[in-house]
Amino acid sequence: MSGRKRTLEAISFELVMTAMAVIALILIIAPSLVVLIVSFTSGFSLKFPPPGYSLRWYAELWDAWQLHFAARNSLIVAVWATGLSIVLGVAAALAISRSRALSARLLDSLFMSPLVLPALAFGLAALMLFSLVGLPVSPLTLVIGHTVVCVPYVVRNTVAALAQLEPTLLESSAVLGASRLYTFRRIVLPLIRPGIIAGAFIAFMSSFDNVPVSLFLRDAATDMLPIRMWQDLEGKLDVTIAALSGVLIIATVALVAIMERFTGLSRRLTN
Amino acid sequence: MGAAPASRDVTSYGMGLAVPLALFFLVFFVAPLLQLLWLSLHNDTAGLHWGLSQYQHFLTDPFSLGVLGSTLLLGAEVTLVCLMLGFPLAWLYQRVGPRLQTIIILIVLLPLLTSVVVRTFAWIVILGRQGIINATLQSLGIINTPLKLLYTQFGVVIALAQVQMPLMTLPLITALGRIDPNLDDASCSLGAGSWRTFFRIVLPLSLPGVIAGCTLTYAAAITAFITQSLVGGGQMLFMPMYLYQQASTLQNWPFAAAISIIFLLAVLAVVSVFTTLGRLSRGYGGT
Repeated sequence: MSGRKRTLEAISFELVMTAMAVIALILIIAPSLVVLIVSFTSGFSLKFPPPGYSLRWYAELWDAWQLHFAARNSLIVAVWATGLSIVLGVAAALAISRSRALSARLLDSLFMSPLVLPALAFGLAALMLFSLVGLPVSPLTLVIGHTVVCVPYVVRNTVAALAQLEPTLLESSAVLGASRLYTFRRIVLPLIRPGIIAGAFIAFMSSFDNVPVSLFLRDAATDMLPIRMWQDLEGKLDVTIAALSGVLIIATVALVAIMERFTGLSRRLTN
Repeated sequence: MGAAPASRDVTSYGMGLAVPLALFFLVFFVAPLLQLLWLSLHNDTAGLHWGLSQYQHFLTDPFSLGVLGSTLLLGAEVTLVCLMLGFPLAWLYQRVGPRLQTIIILIVLLPLLTSVVVRTFAWIVILGRQGIINATLQSLGIINTPLKLLYTQFGVVIALAQVQMPLMTLPLITALGRIDPNLDDASCSLGAGSWRTFFRIVLPLSLPGVIAGCTLTYAAAITAFITQSLVGGGQMLFMPMYLYQQASTLQNWPFAAAISIIFLLAVLAVVSVFTTLGRLSRGYGGT
């Protein structure tokens, strides 16, 4: 089509690039597949390939109350942190998205900074502050800490959705006599909702998976799932963790599929 | 009529809506970091005596400097591996049809959203003594005794590269999508080969994406506490674990605070170098 000559040179280029890309794809997928396969082992070790297949470790998971407890805590904290991130993040995104003021750009950098700064340093800092003001480690401190590191995802995705909004729509609505609140409810919100949901989804997943902040802000009474798993893995290589990993991988795939269907997640992250 | 609504800009919202989040960040993000800085400038745990002894201790201690150096080096290695593999992947994405594009994006996205502990655990299974690599090599008769892959620098770099690959690939896909495909054809029809076109046209024009991807990958790789500690094991110490040990196990908060500040500054320095490069490259890229 392009009339480009298929020279040896062009073929070598395409071959090398495609081969590297395929290696990258395999590198990305292989670990999850390996864990899924190993989780169905009938043996006691993480040998690959497994000597036989069974659901015994998934059954074992059913009775692992420590993991249940940690999973419930993680879920509760993630739900609250996501809710708080939506309320604070969407409001802030509305304020800074169309503004060219210096203050808006500074606030944008501030709200995004938890994404690049080492979260572990922030976790330690938050613990110091809470202990200074006498606030004991609790689900509340966890929700606050998680919100700081999760809110950037909501802000970023909402700002991106607002940037795609036609300003003429808002002007037409105003000219037709709609109040700002009415316009927001009936025009703006429905149009940016997929963006908000996509951001909230990523915020939820990163809260559920958070280690560096939880590490400092939790105690035995508020055990969190990723930390429980990490500590189990430090001690011994438990096949139950493989089964739990299997559950988490399948749940993630399912959630991503749902999100892709309703919010077009993949397009949002490449535009 | 209607002078008031006409004079008001209906397409933007007041900065007041940002106040709640700004206050939240001030109290729970800026204040803790300032307190961290304050404590790091004290010589004693109680925070009564001002001084730079924590920093002096870190900067004159070969062990601490070694930990910092190996952490920064680790980040560079991971970023390089991600770039070498992520760029061809982003390139492939631009070449395939929309259906395959969605599949590639979802494959890239999945690890980003899968629990880091799960992904790291997978590498323990792969790299372990009984893991896939050793089992395959042994059954093929290439090696007799299992290779030590886990708890090595190589293992940590590969595992981190997989864990952080999406952070590199997504900005690259965006950047490559913005390049006019005609430039590629023009360069080729003017006689430049594919390799030459790639290095002289495609790569320079995608520099903003390369820099964005490198920044995110680097920042994430050096702070990846879980992957570093599980795949690296006890013998390899990087900044996050060093910080955690000092704060949690030894309860040496001022020193842990100083480590945090030095670590923060190191990350900021790297990020601002990348940002400056990004600004310079934008003149090149034309946007």
